[in-house]
Amino acid sequence: MTSSTPYQIYAIGDQGITLDYGGEISESINLKIFKLYQVLKKWQPDAVLDIIPAYQSISLIYDLGKIKKLAGTKTAYQYVEMKLVEKEALANEIDFVLNQRKIDIPVCYHKSFGLDLEELANTHQLSIGSFIDKHVQRSYRVFMIGFMPGFAYMGTVDPLIASPRKDNPRTHVPAGSVGIAGSQTGIYPFNSPGGWQIIGQTPFTLFDATKESPTLLEPGDEVTFHPISLDEFHHLKNSSS
Amino acid sequence: MGLRIIKSGIADSIQDLGRYGYQQLGISPGGVMDRIAAIIANTLVGNKMGEPVLEMHFPAATILFETSMMIAITGADFGATINGMEVLINQPILVPSNTELRFTKHKKGSKVYLSVEEGFETQNWLGSSSTSFQLKKGGVEGRYLLKNDFIPFKNKEDLEIDTLMHLPWRASMAEFYTNNRIDCIIGAEYALLEKISQKSLVTNQFKISNQSNRMGYRLEGQALLLSDKKECVSSAVSFGTIQLLPNAQMIILMADHQTTGGYPRIGQVTTSSLPTLAQVSPGDSISFELVTQEEAEAIFLQQQQNLQQLQNACNFRLQEYFKNE
Repeated sequence: MTSSTPYQIYAIGDQGITLDYGGEISESINLKIFKLYQVLKKWQPDAVLDIIPAYQSISLIYDLGKIKKLAGTKTAYQYVEMKLVEKEALANEIDFVLNQRKIDIPVCYHKSFGLDLEELANTHQLSIGSFIDKHVQRSYRVFMIGFMPGFAYMGTVDPLIASPRKDNPRTHVPAGSVGIAGSQTGIYPFNSPGGWQIIGQTPFTLFDATKESPTLLEPGDEVTFHPISLDEFHHLKNSSS
Repeated sequence: MGLRIIKSGIADSIQDLGRYGYQQLGISPGGVMDRIAAIIANTLVGNKMGEPVLEMHFPAATILFETSMMIAITGADFGATINGMEVLINQPILVPSNTELRFTKHKKGSKVYLSVEEGFETQNWLGSSSTSFQLKKGGVEGRYLLKNDFIPFKNKEDLEIDTLMHLPWRASMAEFYTNNRIDCIIGAEYALLEKISQKSLVTNQFKISNQSNRMGYRLEGQALLLSDKKECVSSAVSFGTIQLLPNAQMIILMADHQTTGGYPRIGQVTTSSLPTLAQVSPGDSISFELVTQEEAEAIFLQQQQNLQQLQNACNFRLQEYFKNE
């Protein structure tokens, strides 16, 4: 690693590799990750089994046998490492974001869904209305998907509503719940235990296994939320199921 | 044309070599725990290596072959019998119709694989038949097999097998397993381990805890300490990632791992050691040995070559056998 490479590259065993910018969660670093993701998707799709973008890192899972055939006298790892360095430099030259999708998601902030909303608003000395305003005013980037299928880590929220995870995670968070954890916001695709502060619920289905692209959200998407009433929630929920 | 589960086992499912291409959406690849045993089960009956197979733990299902079939059983030795007669693992077997396969005794290993000639008809989802329990997709309705489940064979021919018979050749498995020695490559946070813990990692034995399953193996043993308690930002993890938990014990992520994780990654089990790890049972102990990237690649590539040779030999023998019949 030289001073001109602000990242580290390291192995995930013998069939994986990660390029990692390190440091804190940052939108500008995540944008680099997203550009690199777009570039890597076009590289050796037969030999690359998975590309997994995360906050500040991106990982490739590859077929060692197939990469070795390309690598000549190098090890497969050395070859993929060399290619990653090349692709990172190339991705940095892209000054626009490719294929960025914009997705608007309705959220009902009714107290029956926003289990922690009142307490959070009190803690932040905001009215419930202005807390909700602050959540819907920004658009968020999907930094990464992890934890469970379709769970999108998005950010960053207005510092005035950023909130630590709950001290005692819930054993049951309903599917569709919209939450905040630190400066991140996210939506639970399934009923699940969880420690995020829950402020509302979307009637949208985040994960549908019958669809060709089963997740509503993908890394790099730009997401906005808009508030809906309880009636609208039930109407949308019924019409989608 | 198929088999029926007449008594369910504890955790039997259809698996193939995994569902790749969807980890960016949080979908785990899943797939067989013991890649080598699954590939060899397929190879013995002339299938392509990645055909879906039945993966079973002990106690395993009792299976009725409603129609005759050529099968192979690999991986663990669970004392397989067919209609009460002991049958051999790692060898093709001709099974007449209306015969019952039982697994009578937990002798060795932890996962047994059953293949049938041409394979099973299973539910494919996103390019794989592997059972995703979390998403209830793939395999048989995305779940463990239950009593009365019928799994159809792709092969619809009547093979006209009158007597139970082993074909006279077997796969040699020993070269693929390392007797509870697990090779690993250092992970991104290995350097954060105290020097004494780096030493403990390779000098101590670690016990596989009862809280171990297809998602991960929790280990019990010498506590490992970090010199710097750094909080990691989540990033990709994989089958074989060794994470250090806050309680100073390790977890090894297995086939149904989450796609990302935030615990320190102190190592990564090599692909060629994963089958050995898959065959370890809770209560057994393992030891770790550090290998270089280059060594791990060389061992894997050698294994692949050996599997290819085995496949060529099996196909040749099968051809010769059925030609002379």
